[in-house]
Parts: sequence; structure tokens; C-alpha cells
Amino acid sequence: MDTIPLIAPATPDRDSLKRRLERAGFDAITLLLLPAVLFVVVLFVYPALYGFWLSLHPMNGGGWLANYIAFFSDPYVYGTIITTLELAVPVTLVNLALSVPIALRVRHMRHQRLLTTLLVIPVTLGTVLTAQGMLNYFGPLGWFNRVLMSLHLIHMPVRLVHNFTGVFLSQIIGGFPFCFMLVLSYVTGIDPSLENAAAMLGARAAQRFRHIILPLLAAGLAITFCLAFVQAFSVFPSAVLVGAPSGPTRVIAIAAFHAAYEEYDYSMGSAIAIIMGFVQIIVVALVMWISSLFYRGPAGGGKG
Amino acid sequence: MFATSDIGGKLWRIGVWAVVGFFLLNLAGIIASVVVDSLGTSWFGTWLPDGFTTHWYSDAWSGFQLGGVLQVTLEVAGAVILGSAILGVPAAYALARREFPGKKLVMLLFVLPLIIPPFTYGIPLASVLYQFGLGGTLTGVILANLMPSVPFVIFILVPFIEQIDPRVEAAARVFGAGTWDLFRRVMVPLLMPGILAALVLVLVRTIGLFELTFLTAGPDNQTLVVALYYSVFAAGIRATQSIDSMAVIYMVTSLICLIVALRFVDPTQIVGRAKKAEAH
Amino acid sequence: MTISAKNFRELRLDHMRRDFGGMNALRDITLTIKRGEFIALLGPSGCGKSTALNCLAGLLPLSGGSIWLDDTRIDHLKPEERGFGMVFQNYALFPHMSLRKNIGFGLKMQKRPQAEIDAKVEEALALVRLSKQADKLPGQISGGQQQRVAIARAIVVEPPLVLMDEPLSNLDAKLRLEMRAEIRRIHNMIGCSTIYVTHDQDEALSLADRIVVLRDGQMRQVGTPQELYARPAHADVAEFMGYRNILKAEAETEQNGRLTMRLGGAKLEGFAVEPGHGREVIAALRPEDLTPANDGPIAAAVVSAEYRGRDFYGLARTQEGLDLWFRSELSVQPGEQLRLGAPAERVLVYAGAAA
Repeated sequence: MDTIPLIAPATPDRDSLKRRLERAGFDAITLLLLPAVLFVVVLFVYPALYGFWLSLHPMNGGGWLANYIAFFSDPYVYGTIITTLELAVPVTLVNLALSVPIALRVRHMRHQRLLTTLLVIPVTLGTVLTAQGMLNYFGPLGWFNRVLMSLHLIHMPVRLVHNFTGVFLSQIIGGFPFCFMLVLSYVTGIDPSLENAAAMLGARAAQRFRHIILPLLAAGLAITFCLAFVQAFSVFPSAVLVGAPSGPTRVIAIAAFHAAYEEYDYSMGSAIAIIMGFVQIIVVALVMWISSLFYRGPAGGGKG
Repeated sequence: MFATSDIGGKLWRIGVWAVVGFFLLNLAGIIASVVVDSLGTSWFGTWLPDGFTTHWYSDAWSGFQLGGVLQVTLEVAGAVILGSAILGVPAAYALARREFPGKKLVMLLFVLPLIIPPFTYGIPLASVLYQFGLGGTLTGVILANLMPSVPFVIFILVPFIEQIDPRVEAAARVFGAGTWDLFRRVMVPLLMPGILAALVLVLVRTIGLFELTFLTAGPDNQTLVVALYYSVFAAGIRATQSIDSMAVIYMVTSLICLIVALRFVDPTQIVGRAKKAEAH
Repeated sequence: MTISAKNFRELRLDHMRRDFGGMNALRDITLTIKRGEFIALLGPSGCGKSTALNCLAGLLPLSGGSIWLDDTRIDHLKPEERGFGMVFQNYALFPHMSLRKNIGFGLKMQKRPQAEIDAKVEEALALVRLSKQADKLPGQISGGQQQRVAIARAIVVEPPLVLMDEPLSNLDAKLRLEMRAEIRRIHNMIGCSTIYVTHDQDEALSLADRIVVLRDGQMRQVGTPQELYARPAHADVAEFMGYRNILKAEAETEQNGRLTMRLGGAKLEGFAVEPGHGREVIAALRPEDLTPANDGPIAAAVVSAEYRGRDFYGLARTQEGLDLWFRSELSVQPGEQLRLGAPAERVLVYAGAAA
């Protein structure tokens, strides 16, 4: 602008609105967000709402709650929640319990990257390949059983696939690396001089863990638990491939898939998906509430 | 770390490494058994197959129409990479550079698809795609895969952009660069390493993402991992070796992508970044 | 009940050594520290002073040598078994515990009765003047206050030895001076021995009873602040102690330690500190001892000068291109020709590079 307008601009309202928006932070660059936001709204928010609406309009008539009533009145269907919880909660706890001590050791390691790289492999390979490998490896004639038998630890092959154990193992193989990496990143966030300080004050390893590491890690462990739990709770391919999908490992995802794709009842399928999400939210809320009772804040020792 | 360690400490350390070793050993066993089986003539009740052959690979190629499947996989992956770059990079830039009311809400909007497992929202998403006649089409598969990829790219790029000094942009403006020039000549070159890393990770994820493709794909547009699922699911129709050779092809494809990805990024960093992003 | 150090006579380091991947981070450290002594480990970064402290603490294992507390060998003990106090550079306060809990942590680990813990913590809080903030979290107090908590936490367990790792380096200049006095006061009050690591010679000179100068993992000199200031044993120690002019010279005559040297075209007199020097020597002198004088032996032109309140400090260059830092009570201008001289007893002579 090289001239100062002597008369007020012709469109003062529009101009000031634009400026007001800019002052609030909405300028051209903020608008770059718009396509991505629209995309997520159309393909995530809308489907979620549509799914909810669909679940309240049962395909076979009945009241708007008919799908939910049907779900909770058939033990074969609502039992899938229990089955899934029985699988997902222990798997997540085991993964966390394994991750913490290993992460505490690995943080002092020089070749961390090699180990983390090795551990990313199962995450990359995904559950389907893991399942196929497990059928070979843990099968009655697979290497695992052969080794145990030739070591005379067992006389008969152990059944490790096509049952609950199979899904459990596959969830550990796929879930442990994920848990471990998250826990490792939280553990490395704890200033090592805090542990040294505790040691100098006479705290032994177990006391240092209980009084220093654990409280500082609590919030991170809760988040890790939640993320790992929701993954485990929505297990599908391994429950079908290395589990017993019609019985002991009939998880809720199978029930949802069965309703939507084998009975072509998208309304019921959406209802089950929403129940699935709801159970996840309850567990996550519960865990976050428990962890809120602990210290939340920076895990550094310096100026806070 | 400390000066001395007693027997308890030593045993604990050995125990921890034994668990890691046991895990990695079994993981290696799982992978090796697939590879060995895919190369074996017949393998039943012995340590190793009777003989070795590569004919299962040619079988799998023709039997599973792997050429077509690979082509679909690459088409989907390519489109998802392109789409998530076009949608994700500008959004990440805006999030990194601007503060505005409702930013937390937008962050939440982007974080939800990442932390909610695909199977939970896959069925409603698939029903919407079918509602618009996109279910079972290649476009539908691409859109479904694009859904979690866009937020994924955003969350990798936001911290990357934040660490670029905004004064670089101010300097470019002083020298008379317009917004488009600024983006093309200054930001894109500066952002290239981050964009590449994010896109390679999107490639890895798209190749491995099972649930959304599984729920939206028709018979003609399955990606490799879904085709693999169906062949394992229908085990008995085909020889295990044939399925395993397909598994090896899948494994090699994703491992190559993984190795490329690891050249660009440190996995723990990504997790750390994602964690930070969630904390917003 | 008062906080006072446990009784002991001395702490002995006997040929303490520490290697890092084939490199000697610490070589042959032999030192006896008496009860109540304040020792500063002084040296530039990377000299091994923090390594030495961590070895003492038990946070790093020794590669050789031993550490003795009176007649007990302690270098094989874990840090938690040594019972030393330590103040970390970043304070290392437990962020999830109140100040009270931070300070009481060591006593709690010793399973002392709660009443005793409460009394001792209260006393320690009073000692560092933080009684009012006792229930805050470390994140809610200032850097200087965090520093005091860290000290209180270290001394409340009444350790025979307190280790301090550059405790003032994160504070601003004014606070640093205050805390310096505070540290000395607390040390005198509880009567422990303190080993204090620093790279700041002022801190070491003002705090310590004895200073140990470390360089490349070796002890270069041990002495009182006065000894180190006036007669550094080696040229590198001199340089570190503020002898800014380190000049190569040629020895000519020597009588009772008094040396005449040739410095370019000029003659300079000084005293030999290191015996057995050859013809090549190094003369070290402080800028404040080199002043303009009509009969000064060195002719130089002023390059730059800055006013320091009472006098001027400047840089001058001789015809041979030798740079000299000097002090002048009168204003000097760049380009001005000066004759500079120093009293012979302030010129310290060391063996030259060949020795």
C-alpha cells in the first residue's frame, strides 16, 4: 500500500471480518487444513455417525434398539465381549510386563537401533503373515514342538494353534514390539540422573523402581495399555487363522464381520462395531482414571 | 551401569536377555519356517523338507493371479501416497505454524483414526462406501486406505515442520516470494526429508494394512495381504507351500519397504513423536 | 537432633583409574581427603573431573586402583551402599515428590522412624531456608531453590562425603555468588567433606580448602587456592589459572632461579617454577602484572583496549607479531606505542615445548 485511503473502504464489514478472522489465527495458511479436515469428516466422522444411525434402524424391523436387544439376548453373541476381554486384557498385561524390564535394560544399550529394527519386523509383517508362519512353526509337526520333543521336555506335541493359545501367542508376537517401543520411548524420557540420585540416597534397585521409575512411568504405561488394549480388543485375522473362530476365540470382531458380511445385515454389523468401540472407551476411561491418581508431569529432573 | 553388581542383579539381567532372545528366536523360527516351506518339495514330519525347488513360486504366480494382485497393491499404495501427500502436507504445515481456536479439536479429529483400531470403524466406513456405490471398487479401497494415512502423515510432519525456523519463511517473504513460491521453492525443499520419510512409512503401512482393505475390497481389487488372508483361510484348497511362497513374496515386498523406511527414520522417534502428538 | 557428618578420618584415593573404550579417562589419581575438607576438582571440560566424581560415587566402575574410607575399601560397593551425598548438575530432584518427600527420601530408604525423618527434614529445610515451600513440587520452585533442595537432600542423611557436580552451572551470575556462600556455610555447619567439581576457577578459588587441577585425566597440581594462584606448577595450569600471556622465550642466564630470557628483541626477567628446563622456556604472566613503564623491556603497539571500571585492559602487539595482554591505569588508544614491563617475581618460567 503506498497510498493511504482518505475514504473508508467500500466494504468495511467484509474487510473487518477477514481481519478479525486473521487476528484469531484463521488466515490463508490455516485454510490449508480444510481439505484434510473435510476428508476425515467425510470418511471418519460421517461413517461413525452413519453407522450409529444404521444400528438404530434394524434391517429386520423391530424397535430402534432391536439390534442391541438382539445382541445382548443371545449369549453366543454377547459372550464374544467376554471372550475378547479374556484375550485382550491378559495379552496387554503380559506385553506391558515384558516391555518394562526389557526397556529398562535396553535404554543403557549402545546398539539400541539393531534391536528396535528387529522388533519392528513383526509389526511390518502384520498379523496375517505371522499367522501363516505360526501354523508352520507352532503346528504339531513344526519346529517348536520338534525341538521340545527332541529335548524330551514333552512326549506329545503341544497344541499351540487353532485354539486360544494360538491367538494369545500371535497377539504377543504382534503386540509386544508395539508395547516395547512405546514403553522404551517413555523410559528414555526419564532423566537417568534421577535414578542415580536415588541410588546415592541409599535406594536399592527394587526401591528405585518402586519409588522413582514406576510413578514417573505410570502415565506412559496407562497410555501404552490403552493403545495396546484397543488393538488387542479388535483382533480379527489371527483369531480366525490361528484360533478357533467358531468357539473359544470367537471374538467380537468376528461377530461383527459375520453379521455384516455373511448375513449382509449392515445394521447389526454396525451395532456390534459400536458396542465394540463402546467397550474400548469404557476400558480406556477406566485406565486413564486410575492413572490420574498418580503423578502426571514432566519426568525430567531439571527445572520443571 | 553401576560399579558392581551382585548375583541377583546378574541373574535378573540374564533373565531379561533370555526373554528377548527367546522372543527373537521364535520370531526367526516363524519367518524361517515360511521361507523354508516355500522352497521345499514336500515337508511332513521331518526337520527339513525332502528336497528344494522353486516351482511353488511360479505356481503361486499363476494360481493366485499374483501379477494382478501386485498391480492392485501398487496402484493402491501409489494412490494412497499421492493422496496423503496432497491432503496431509498442507494440513501439517498449517497445524505446525498457526495457533487458532479449535486447534485441539482438529488435533483430536486427526488422532482418533490413528488410535481407534481399523476394525472398529471399518464396518461403518465400508457401509458408507457401499452406500455411495464405491464398495468393492478400487476407488473404495484407495479411499479406505487413505483414511488413516492422512492423519498419520500429519502427525509425522508436524514436529518436523515445527523444528524448521519460521524466520526462513519470513526471510523468503522479505525477498518477495509469494505464498506459492514460498511453498514450492522454500518449504518443499526443506520439508523433503520429512515428507519422504512419512510417505515411505505410509507405503509400509498400506502394504500391511489388512482390516480396511479386507472390509472394502471386492474379488478383483484385493491387495497382497488380503489375498494372502483368503488363501490361508481357505487352507487345504491349495498346497501349503504355494501359500507360503505367496507369503514370502508379501514378506519381501514389505521388508524392502521397511528397510527403505528405516534408512529415513528411527522407529522409536516416530513412536515418540506420535506420543507427543497425542499429548496435545 | 542436629545434622552433622558421620565420623571418619580420611578418604583415600589410591591410583584410581578409569578407561573408556581403550582411552584413559582418568589416570593414576592418588589423593587423601581429610574430614571436613573442601576439595575442588578443577579443569576444563573433558578433563575427567566428572568421571572422577562418578567413580567416587560408585556410578562408574573403576578400571584400576582403589578407594578407602579410613580402613575400609569401598570401591567395590554400589552407590547405595557407600552412603555419600551427591548434588547433581541438573539437581535431579524427584519431580513427583514434594520438597519434604525429596529431602526425606534418603532417610526413608534407611528405614528411620517417621518422627526422626520429620524432625531431620524440618531441620534441613530450615538450614536451606525453604520451610515455607516444603509441600510444593520441584517444578513449582525456582532454579536457586531447587538447588538448595538438592543440597538439603544430600546432607540430611549425614554423609561423610558430599559430592557436587558443577552445582552452580545452571544458575545466573548473581544467584551463583549467593549460592557459593550458601554452600560454604552449610559445609562448615555440618562438617562433612565436600568434593566439588567445577570448571570455574573463581568458584574453586573462593570455595575450596584445596584445589586439584585435572587435565586429560591426570592430576596436574594439588594445592591451596593461594598456591595455585601464585605459583601454578605447570604452564597449562598457569594458563587455566588466568595467566593469559603464555610466551615462548629463550633462556640466557640463570642465578638462584632468577632467569634472564630473550623474548624476540626484548629481554625479560623471571623465576623458574619447573626445574630442569632447557633453553626453550615458557614465560607466563597475568595481564594485570604487565603494565606500561618507561623502562619496560618490551616495545609494542596497542591493538585494542577496554575500560574495566578502575583501569584499562588491552591487547598490544610487538614488532615480531607477538600478542600481549596488559593492564594500564591510564587510558590508552589503539595505535599508541608503549613500553611494557613486569616485576621479575611475577613472571613464571616453565620448561618449553621440548622439555
